[in-house]
Amino acid sequence: MSNKVIGSSVNRLDAVAKVTGKAKYADDFFERDMLIGKVLRSPYAHAIIKNIDISKAKALPGVEAVLTHNDLPKIQFATAGHPWSLDPSHRDVEDRLILTDKARFVGDSIAAVVAKDVLTAEKALKLIEIEYEVLPHVLEPEEAIKPGAPVIHSEKPDNIISSFGPEFGDVESDFNNAFHVFEGKYETSIVQHCQLENQTAFSYTDTDGRIVIVSSTQIPHIVRRIVGQALGISWGKIRVIKPYIGGGFGNKQDVIVEPLVVAMSLAVNGRPVRYALTREECFIGTRTRHAMKFEFKTAVSKEGKLIAVSINALSNNGAYASHGHSIIMSASSKFRPLYNFKSIKVTPKTVYTNLPTAGAMRAYGVPQIFFALESHLDDIALKLNLDPIEFRKQNLINVGHVDPLTKVKVRSFGILECIEKGKELIKWDEKKKNYEKQSGDKKKGIGMACFSYFSGTHPVSLELAGARIVMNQDGSIQLQVGATEIGQGSDTALAQMAADVLGISFDMVHVISCQDTDITPFDTGAYASRQTFVAGAAVKKAALEVRKKILTIASKKVGLNIDELDIIDANIIEKNLGSIVCSLEDVAMESYYDRINASPITSDTSVNIRTNAPAYGVTFAEVEVDMKTGKIEVLEIYNVHDSGVIINPKLAEGQVHGGVSMGLGYALSEQMLFDKETGKPLNNNLLDYKLQTILDTPKIGVSFVDTYDAGGSFGQKSLGENPTISPAPAIRNAVFNATGVAFNKIPMNPQAVFEKFKEVGLL
Amino acid sequence: MYNITNILEPITLNEALRMYSDNPKLKIIAGGSDVLIQLNHGKFDDVELLSLRKIKNLNNISLLEDGTISIGAMSSFSNTFRNEIINKYLPVLTEAAVSMGGPQIRNMATIGGNICNGAVSADSAPTLFSYNAFLKLVSIDNIRMVPINDFYDGPGRVKLQPGEILTEILITKENYHKMTGNYIKFSNREAMDIAMLSVAVICNVENGVFNDLRISLGVSAPTPIRCYDAENYAKGKSFSKETIETIGQYAKKSAKARNSWRGSKAYREHLINILSQRAIKEAIKRAGGKC
Ligand SMILES: Cc1cc2nc3c(=O)[nH]c(=O)nc-3n(C[C@H](O)[C@H](O)[C@H](O)COP(=O)(O)OP(=O)(O)OC[C@H]3O[C@@H](n4cnc5c(N)ncnc54)[C@H](O)[C@@H]3O)c2cc1C
Repeated sequence: MSNKVIGSSVNRLDAVAKVTGKAKYADDFFERDMLIGKVLRSPYAHAIIKNIDISKAKALPGVEAVLTHNDLPKIQFATAGHPWSLDPSHRDVEDRLILTDKARFVGDSIAAVVAKDVLTAEKALKLIEIEYEVLPHVLEPEEAIKPGAPVIHSEKPDNIISSFGPEFGDVESDFNNAFHVFEGKYETSIVQHCQLENQTAFSYTDTDGRIVIVSSTQIPHIVRRIVGQALGISWGKIRVIKPYIGGGFGNKQDVIVEPLVVAMSLAVNGRPVRYALTREECFIGTRTRHAMKFEFKTAVSKEGKLIAVSINALSNNGAYASHGHSIIMSASSKFRPLYNFKSIKVTPKTVYTNLPTAGAMRAYGVPQIFFALESHLDDIALKLNLDPIEFRKQNLINVGHVDPLTKVKVRSFGILECIEKGKELIKWDEKKKNYEKQSGDKKKGIGMACFSYFSGTHPVSLELAGARIVMNQDGSIQLQVGATEIGQGSDTALAQMAADVLGISFDMVHVISCQDTDITPFDTGAYASRQTFVAGAAVKKAALEVRKKILTIASKKVGLNIDELDIIDANIIEKNLGSIVCSLEDVAMESYYDRINASPITSDTSVNIRTNAPAYGVTFAEVEVDMKTGKIEVLEIYNVHDSGVIINPKLAEGQVHGGVSMGLGYALSEQMLFDKETGKPLNNNLLDYKLQTILDTPKIGVSFVDTYDAGGSFGQKSLGENPTISPAPAIRNAVFNATGVAFNKIPMNPQAVFEKFKEVGLL
Repeated sequence: MYNITNILEPITLNEALRMYSDNPKLKIIAGGSDVLIQLNHGKFDDVELLSLRKIKNLNNISLLEDGTISIGAMSSFSNTFRNEIINKYLPVLTEAAVSMGGPQIRNMATIGGNICNGAVSADSAPTLFSYNAFLKLVSIDNIRMVPINDFYDGPGRVKLQPGEILTEILITKENYHKMTGNYIKFSNREAMDIAMLSVAVICNVENGVFNDLRISLGVSAPTPIRCYDAENYAKGKSFSKETIETIGQYAKKSAKARNSWRGSKAYREHLINILSQRAIKEAIKRAGGKC
């Protein structure tokens, strides 16, 4: 294993295909006789559907089918992209129908039309007549949990999906004995992924009578299961194909359009039907990030040691459970392997409201909790008159730390190096001093925040991944993985691993990127920053098997034990002498054509990873605040990560750029808004939803520290979601440093800053 | 989806005017960056379009003999901000034009469409108000010249008569000669955003005194507006800190800002005060003055 493809910045496998437009996305496929599906969405936040008259819509020429809940199986199902659990108590909440029989938010899917084109479908939607009985609605979780609040799902009369939270140590006694107790309230807003490609899928019945779905999804194998469950179809009858994907960020870790597009196609005898969301629909009809409200109470010793923390959290889940409670559970476990609290208690409530459904979004609840925690720590540091960095440093855990609840063990811990590097990059000490006394309309400040995150979902969920390798006659390979490339670059990273193990060059690895549940190995998909970590282990296992087969053939040629042999640059080498035994191609040819021993070299493996590897990082930010207009500009921002061994530095840097950009929007501008009176979305488009543009984005500095985690197959840890966690609190802390104003709610957009400045008397 | 039943593409203005007079229900399309969005959002059910894109010379920018600058209604924002005449004589319009949308939108969108769409946030409007621009409105049997200040009727509404097409925007020499100015677009984003508030200041200053000052605001009332009280107050005054602060107060008073989820009335009024002062200071600085 000496090719050193790992750690080099090879170009992405799909770079040329994407740049030249050759890469085909779900909407680039056309089937003969394809029809278009469209959905009628509820104009009311909460209403009983008393009657639906579809006769006029059905009579419109060009309309092939009209569907309502009456035409579909009455099966309640869950949409979250989690591995299935054999344990019924560990399953997601089954609370929705493909087309609903009660409207629970503005945008809920009520009826569907299949027609010859979009215009006809849209005309038909207007002809559907619905009689509603409008019910009172509730948008805020603290209102939803009050007695007498409107009941959104009859199965949960208190609107609480779950209130289970983790606890260890003796919180009560730690607070009783505490020298200092600090309290703080923090709040985040509803934001959305805004992945470039909206949800879209088409479906048809193939010549064998099986259902084919081509979908823009992060989780093809889970789509197959959930479509089967939602429609009561045997899973093996369903085939899901994932072509190139234009991003997901968790929004496609949920099964949203697929059951309906299958129902649409089945309603027209299996003719191909496409159901593609518009951006406006995508904003309300898919998933959002949970808005959370936190109440922190923290016990600190006389010496400034963190002793105990008690966190009350309210999570606004919107109208359907989706990932529901697992988001806040993720938040409450992933922040733990960082600071050395003796006791922790999290008391969460995940609550139904009449808003679009919240689900998985990059870092799964963790940006929310770290916004609160890292803001809180700066607030405490100021009160204790401690340097915020020193305060954090004196409270870190140590390598070897084991979480008392999850039993996750910290085997590598590069946070200190991250902090030191970040300090240097931003010139912390120098700027800190320079900004002490400022006058004028504009004030500058610096701030930082740390985070911890997991690699995959162990021990909460199954972590299974498959890989398959077929060696060709020339020694190159096809690599098939169950891991889903959605733009993050996993195919490239996994190919690098295979090349490294097999001693071949990167371009000798051909990755079959398109996922097809009929063909590709089983894997639950792209989420939880798991693929490089979990699928990486599968690729290593498959490649090692192939390597062993190659060396076994070669060893027979020279009569040496396989341990004496190596593969370097596609040649079999005698390790001791460094001499070439034969080429890899010779071995491959023998494996295909030897008259006696021929047996092509392949492997087909799966791993079940039962470990985790916490990853770490920091953001350092410098801001300039216009004290008169309230506008905040980020002048410099640096993310420094401990993600173990970096497989591809260029791709890793790209991940960080994207994640930080998302964090900038989270901190400063993004927010989904709803009319309080009606629950209607106000800004479900990219003009009014202030996603940051490239001109709003400062140069993003990226750095990694050298660590090796024994839990990773190549020493690697997670990176995908991580970069988006700490920018918001770092920016908030920089604004705090610049202005002395503690913002406890994001986004800090100009209007919000103006109001806060008024409140504290600065304006 | 776009339900376009027909699109007419005349190649002369006369042809266009005749078509329009024959069928005043036609919807004019220039760059389409407002019309197509409105169509997509269901503002019209179906529509027959009259495109101005193939008419020659409607996008010319020229300096007439008497010093008047003529901007063809079909001049795109890119064409406008890259034009030498505009850069030399109407630099505040350059500033406004380049602040608009992003590169693709600036290539498609026209100045004429920006004005005729009637949006309170139109980026060309405050500047053209401050330059006292005239609009040349042509129909099959009439030509009229209307000051832009009289053209707006309400949010999204302008005083175009049936069959009328805007062909030119005209700015006479005395309205730009020896003037400096500044356009400030205040928005959440640095690109691809509409103004939350905008201010265009044009002034003539000499020896520390305002000879002439024109302040126009966007998104501060149902239409873009001029702040005449502020302007009248300023004329002849030396530009001290106090004068400029009072001008800011006057500007705020002329506005009729309202509360919306995009921004509160109080915040908009605060911004009018702050940003008109900033724009004035910048205009003075550009004139070589100190304040
Ligand atoms: C992504 C995006 C970003 C944008 N950003 C901005 C921005 O930053 N600032 C801003 O001000 N606007 C912005 N807009 C709005 C729009 O681009 C502008 O208003 C643009 O100037 C409209 O010009 P157009 O040529 O595309 O007009 P069209 O859409 O073709 O027409 C607009 C209206 O004017 C009428 N019309 C057009 N030309 C004439 C004429 N010669 N005579 C009579 N009537 C006419 C049309 O019938 C229509 O009612 C943006 C739009 C988009 C889609």
